[in-house]
This record gives sequence, C-alpha cells and structure tokens, in this order.
Amino acid sequence: MGLKSNLHNLKEKYKGKKMAPAFNAIHTFLYLPNETTHNGTHIKVADDLKRTMNTVIMAMVPCLIFGMFNAGYQHHLALGTIDAAHGFLGSSFWTWDNLVIGIWKVLPLVVVSYGVGLLIEFIFAVIKGHEVEEGYLVTGMLVPLIVPVDLPLWMLAVAVAFGVVIGKEVFGGTGMNILNPALTIRAFLFFAYPTWMSGDKVWVHGAVERAGTADAISGETILGSYAQSQDVVYNYADMFFGLIPGSIGETSKLLIIFGALFLIFTKVGSWRIILSTIIGALAMGLIFNGVVDAGIITSNSKFYGLMSVPFWQHLIIGSILFGAVYMATDPVTAAQTNKGKWIYGFLIGFISIMIRVFNPAYPEGVFLAILLMNVFAPTIDHYVVQGNVKKRLKRVKVKTA
Amino acid sequence: MGLLSKKDAKLITDPLTDNNPITIQVLGICSALAITAELKASLVMGIAVLFVLGIGNVVISLIRNIIPSKIRIIVQLIVVASLVIIVDQVLKAFAYELSKTLSVFVGLIITNCIIMGRFEAFALGNGPWKAFLDGIGNAFGYAVILLIVGFFRELLGSGTLFGVPVLGDPIEKTGLYSTGYENNGFMLMPPMALIIVGLIIWVQRSRNEALIED
Repeated sequence: MGLKSNLHNLKEKYKGKKMAPAFNAIHTFLYLPNETTHNGTHIKVADDLKRTMNTVIMAMVPCLIFGMFNAGYQHHLALGTIDAAHGFLGSSFWTWDNLVIGIWKVLPLVVVSYGVGLLIEFIFAVIKGHEVEEGYLVTGMLVPLIVPVDLPLWMLAVAVAFGVVIGKEVFGGTGMNILNPALTIRAFLFFAYPTWMSGDKVWVHGAVERAGTADAISGETILGSYAQSQDVVYNYADMFFGLIPGSIGETSKLLIIFGALFLIFTKVGSWRIILSTIIGALAMGLIFNGVVDAGIITSNSKFYGLMSVPFWQHLIIGSILFGAVYMATDPVTAAQTNKGKWIYGFLIGFISIMIRVFNPAYPEGVFLAILLMNVFAPTIDHYVVQGNVKKRLKRVKVKTA
Repeated sequence: MGLLSKKDAKLITDPLTDNNPITIQVLGICSALAITAELKASLVMGIAVLFVLGIGNVVISLIRNIIPSKIRIIVQLIVVASLVIIVDQVLKAFAYELSKTLSVFVGLIITNCIIMGRFEAFALGNGPWKAFLDGIGNAFGYAVILLIVGFFRELLGSGTLFGVPVLGDPIEKTGLYSTGYENNGFMLMPPMALIIVGLIIWVQRSRNEALIED
C-alpha cells in the first residue's frame, strides 16, 4: 500500500473529526485530490486553484535559483575573492561556491516562510473546520524572494505570522483578502525592523556583521546610490541580468520577463496589469525627466539623483518589474474588470515611481504602491461596473424610445 | 456589593466588557491610537478622562432640567471644556514632561466622542448618582483598553513598561537582546494601535457571539 492510499484511509477515518483538515491538507499537498476547489477564488479565475498556484510557483523558481547564486556572488564579490562576472553567463557567477552560500542563506528563509505560514493555515483550518486552502503556496514562495538575504529568521517568522493572520485570515482566508499577504509581510518587516530592510548593509550577506570593522563591506542598491546622488558602479547589462545587490529574487529582470511570458502564456497572470504597470512607471519617469529638462529641479536638489534617471531605466532598477509580474497580478487583490485592470496597473506603476523619487526614506515604493492599489481595487471595479450599467441602460432607452 | 444595587453595579461593569466604549461602540479611537505608545501616557489619559467624564456627567445631570434643549450641545461643551482646562493646567503644573508627550490630546478630550456620547445618551436623562456611576464606568472601560494597547505597544516597541526596561538593554545587548531580539518599530506607529484594537475586538466578539452585528 502506497503513501497515497494510506493517507486516503486516514482521511476516511478522521472524516468529521476535529483534526480532519490537517490530514486532508497533507493529502492535498502531496497528491491530486479527488475533488477540485468548489468555492473561493476559482469563481474569479476559471481554473482549479491549485493548478493556478503551481503555475505561479513554477514561474518563480528561476528567480529563486538565480537569487541563490546571486547571494553568493555578491558576497564573494564584496569580499574581493572573485572577479566581477561580465554578462549573464559570466564564469565567476554560476559557481559552486556561490550556490553554497546561496543555499545556506536562502533555503532557511524558504523553510521558515512555508513552515510558519502553513502552520497558521493549519491552525485556522482546524479552528474554523474547513479544508486547508492552497493560498499560502504562492505567498510562501514570494516572501523569501522579496526580503534581504541576511534577514534574521525569527523576524521573518514573526512577520509571516502577522501577515497571514492580519493580511488574510481575519478577512476570511484565501480569496477573501483585501491586501496581498506577501506584501503585508514585507510591509510589516519594513516598518518594524527598518535597519534590517533598508540601507546599504543588508543586501549583501555578511555586511551587517562586518559593519564598523576593518573588513567592512558595502552593498548599496542602485536605488540607494541614486537617492544619495552617488555614482552607480553597475552598468545596464548588470542591472538587466541581475548581477546587482537587492532583495533575493527581484534582481534578474531577464528571468522576471521569462516568468511574465510564462504567466501570460498560461493565462494565469493578466497581461493587462503587467503592461499597464510598465506604462504607468514609464509615464511617471517621463514626467520627472521633463521636470529635470525644464530646469525646475537642478543638481543641488535632493530629488535630482532619482529624477534624472532616464525614464526607461526605472524598469531595470529596483523591483518594479517583479512587483508588476508577481505581485500586482494576484487575482484576488487586483481589479477584476478589464478596464479596471488598466487603471489599477497604471496607477501602481505611476505611484511606485513617485514614491521612489519623492521619498528617499522609502527608496523602493513598489510594495507600498501595490498595497495602496489593493485597497482601491474594489472601488475601481465598482465604478467600472457602474459605468457599464449606465451605458447599457442608455442603450435600452434609445431602443425603446 | 452592598453599596450598589445590582442595576447600579451594571452601570460600571457593562462598559468594561460587553458595552465597552472603544471596542463595542468604537468611540474615542483617535486618542487610543495617538497616545498609547507609552503605558504612562495611557494611564494619565485614562485618569484624565475618568475625571472629566465622572464630574462632567454629574454636572450635566444636575442641570439637565434647566438646559434649553436647543443649546444643550453648547452647554455640554462648556462643561467639558472647563474640566479639560483644569486637567491640562494640573498636568502642566505637576507633570510637565508628560503633558508634553500628551500634547494636543489633552485638549482633544473635549472632542472625545465618549464624553459627548455619555452626556447625550445618559446624563441628560438620569439622576446625578447614576450619571456618576455611568461616567466612571465608561471611563474605566476606555482606560482598560488604553492600558492593554499601551502595554503591548510599549513592551514590544520599546522593551520597557512604564519607562522601566524589562527586556534588557538594546544598546548594550543584555537580557533578551543578547539573543538577537530587536524592538519592533512598527509597534510605535499609530497604525499598530489600530491593529491591536482590532485584535481585541476580534477576540472579544469571538468569545461572545451576541456582540456580532449582522
């Protein structure tokens, strides 16, 4: 008798008992259950929820693997033990040494993220007596990708607990949440432990311990350098391929684009949101470039550094692409109507760049912008639907008249 | 309780639990969010509201039959404003540092919805003794929530209680801090107070389902 039939027997045995959801969860986690999701998010996405989730995870795996190599690469590069890799296939990037550091630092983050998150899902499933929902599978994968590599694990655990409870369970669980849980977790970390989430010390493994010693290493992100009007040492290829310091999974724009194409091709991610977010970001970037060209902001202004960045370059620095592809497209928290998606995405891009430029204390505004638009998404939908209703009523009147 | 009849006692105990001004009536939230980062400020705020609401309710109740109903809000405002000025002056004279922390929120007791709410809903229609009990009952209910929120925010946000370090020294890395623990900066921000109040509401309503409105 295999594990599957064993689990199935357990499922039958504990049917109706209090702990049943916990057993069923293991069953559904490992194997395809006999029944598919019958309420919740799949009303909105006409697909089995689990397959949707798995597709998104598959789209993120390249980013995670790249993030592991990059964690080690940035560490060794900062120590000066290896030379800079030129280009995506640089010989000093895809090395065993880099991967070991990456696995050592990144894997625990993944484990803690999934462990704590699923534990809370289990607890709520048992208390409320419903089946465990698959919703955390994607969140659990997103979280390690959007935090700095040296984040202490207990902080991540606290934040995940907070994010899952406040961001999701209080609203009624998967499919009911207003805010994206992964971004709730990041926002909590950002405001609770700012010294671990921003600055020039947290993005490269080992920088925090060495701060203030003779071996001090620095790993300022590109956004940080621009915000302080410093020179940026990375070229465009580095930025595009992702050989730069940053949160674990968001550096490689190339892989994010592959992920985006995959999501669009499988119709899991909305191309409208991704495209409109990019348009929004470019629009805001163009406006700022115009302001600089008009001479309103000169080089002695504190906004000059980020405002003078060529508008298209905003897309390859910071996490705007990652946010647009994996965060903004979350079917639960995004706008549901097609017109609403255009407005929603455009405003995310627009506000992201605005926060990025105007608030040097938050050099990355993408997560704040997405959270803000999450809150407004139902309002946008409401007006889009009302607009449609009005238009159709008019048509009816014209016909009858 | 020999001193109070059962009905009178309920005037005090109800606002503490099932009719709490903050968690059930959701009044007086602004000050609960603003000043609860420290336990000391929460306590003083609770005492100030206790004073204002206790005496104010009695005063309004005493003159309830001679207030023309058209201008009753103005009369209520004058009563509460006079009492708040007394509180403010006392604080400035005897606890200057604390009055700096509380800053504008002492003055804003005037606009605290709990006070106007009790004047309107209770003191205008009941005798002084009952009004007094209702006043201190509601003020206690308010203070209890302030203290709970203040306890968590100060403990987790600054690692202190009433200004006394209880978790060790964050700079010298003693006590809990030596294990890598750090203060939670989010706790010191007003949004966290809102979340804690929300959690209290959640716990309270899930324990007593009668409190859930449709």
